[in-house]
Amino acid sequence: MSYEKGVPITLFRGGGRYCRHEGGEGIWRSLCNRTGTQYGMSIENIIEIRGLNSSYNSRQVLFDITFPIPVSRVTVIMGVSGCGKTTLFRHLTGLKRTQQGQISVDGKDLGSFSEAMLMEYRRRIGVLFQSGALFNSLSLADNIAMPLRVHTGLAQETIRIMTLMKLNMVGLAEFGDYMPSQLSGGMRKRAGLARALIMDPEMLFVDEPSSGLDPITAAGLDRLILSLRETRGMTIVVVTHELESAFKIADRIVVMDGGRVMASGDPEEIRNSADPRVQQFLNRQADPYKMHMEAYYERLLGN
Amino acid sequence: MVNPVRSLGAYALRQVYSVGRLGMFFIYTIRGLIRPPDKFWLMVKQIQFIGTKSIALIGFTAAFTGMVLALQGYYTLIKFGAEGWLGSAVGLSLVRELGPVLSALMVTGRAGSAMAAEIGIMRIEEQIDALECMAIDPFSYLATPRLIASLISLPLLTSFCDAVGILGGYVIGVGLLGVNAGAFWSGLTSSVAWSDLYMGLVKSVCFSVLIALICTYKGYYAGVDEGAFGPEQVGRATTSAVVISSIAVLIGDYVITSIML
Repeated sequence: MSYEKGVPITLFRGGGRYCRHEGGEGIWRSLCNRTGTQYGMSIENIIEIRGLNSSYNSRQVLFDITFPIPVSRVTVIMGVSGCGKTTLFRHLTGLKRTQQGQISVDGKDLGSFSEAMLMEYRRRIGVLFQSGALFNSLSLADNIAMPLRVHTGLAQETIRIMTLMKLNMVGLAEFGDYMPSQLSGGMRKRAGLARALIMDPEMLFVDEPSSGLDPITAAGLDRLILSLRETRGMTIVVVTHELESAFKIADRIVVMDGGRVMASGDPEEIRNSADPRVQQFLNRQADPYKMHMEAYYERLLGN
Repeated sequence: MVNPVRSLGAYALRQVYSVGRLGMFFIYTIRGLIRPPDKFWLMVKQIQFIGTKSIALIGFTAAFTGMVLALQGYYTLIKFGAEGWLGSAVGLSLVRELGPVLSALMVTGRAGSAMAAEIGIMRIEEQIDALECMAIDPFSYLATPRLIASLISLPLLTSFCDAVGILGGYVIGVGLLGVNAGAFWSGLTSSVAWSDLYMGLVKSVCFSVLIALICTYKGYYAGVDEGAFGPEQVGRATTSAVVISSIAVLIGDYVITSIML
């Protein structure tokens, strides 16, 4: 690649290859982008989930999950607690192997990936866990720099600058020397996001970004997610049950219940869904109180 | 009748599965030697934790063990007029048996339990999952440096334990009980051969592998079998790491002694 003299250019990864972003004007050039993923261009599904079933020992938790994850879009997976969101999240990040069904990444079955292929896939993704999952024995800066230190041969000074940039992005530039135990839950989560972004991943998976955060910090995270999609064309998958945040950031929403997909579509389609269970979820209505007296007495008194 | 049989069968299957998983854990840990990340500083940190920080405890234990050995040995040997052999008795006991075993048990209690607890906490706080998601081999990052550090630290700690124990025995035997200093050293140097030191070294190397492997394994799989990840699982993993490592050290000691004697 050649660059004109005097034109400020920053390099960062997009679509698995280096692309150029000129002068901070938000122009996303699909110079070398794998799928032409410039926001607003034709959409392709980077991941397709087909007929996914999953269980822990003998207890099945996911039933016939089928939906696509479009490239350069924010897909939000919503649902009540215990509906299987986190299990699905673990499948998508390769932490749980697919038993039945298929998760297809770029047309290849994630379940059949060899260890080397799985490692390669994980270099393309960034993951923010619910708790942040920072390493307690390392400072914040060391936590964030870790993937760079392991996977790149960059000079320490370059790593320091890149780490500082990511810390700055999440508003923690002054806390690099702090240990995770010295930070609040929200700060740990933001630091976790900085670590997830340090390798400039193609896909970002975020587990419950807003839970336990104050409204201002949560809004800041939402804004950051949107800016990642807009400026970098990043594919983002968010697992949440926060309705306001979900409708604010989502291009596509998948609503789950009892391990099944209840509805999927764009936010407007979900809002207008005729499914009473979806409407109950969106309108925050409690389940009607039901008690089976016979079963209750049996539980109390035994057989 | 069927239920107890089924439970027994399920228990047996679980144990076989655990042994297989431990074997794979060992292979992955060894494989970690040639895989990233760079382990030099991780290893140095672990040597400081397992080795340097155990010196005071090992020294204290060794000194009192040597002193007690001298005291007990003196009153036994004097009945036969053989108190001159006190150096030999103290030296052989420490170099062949007590040095490696006591050092291993102390390291298990102090560092092994901490290894299991630290890695167990990483498991329940999703930090191990995070490592995997960053394409960092968790075996290579967590278990391999601890294994290498243990392999370096424990033989050195054992040597230190032997030296301090013999010194403790000397202080009591010669200083307090009046055994001739020349007889003490001569008995010691004439009885303790290179083969005894070699046996002690082999034991400490084997124990270091057992301790590092069992403690990291228990921490790594804390709560995995139960499918529950909480403080209770970390506590249970830590306890079983210490108990199983200690038993393995004692059984290993017998096996190695019976092979090498």
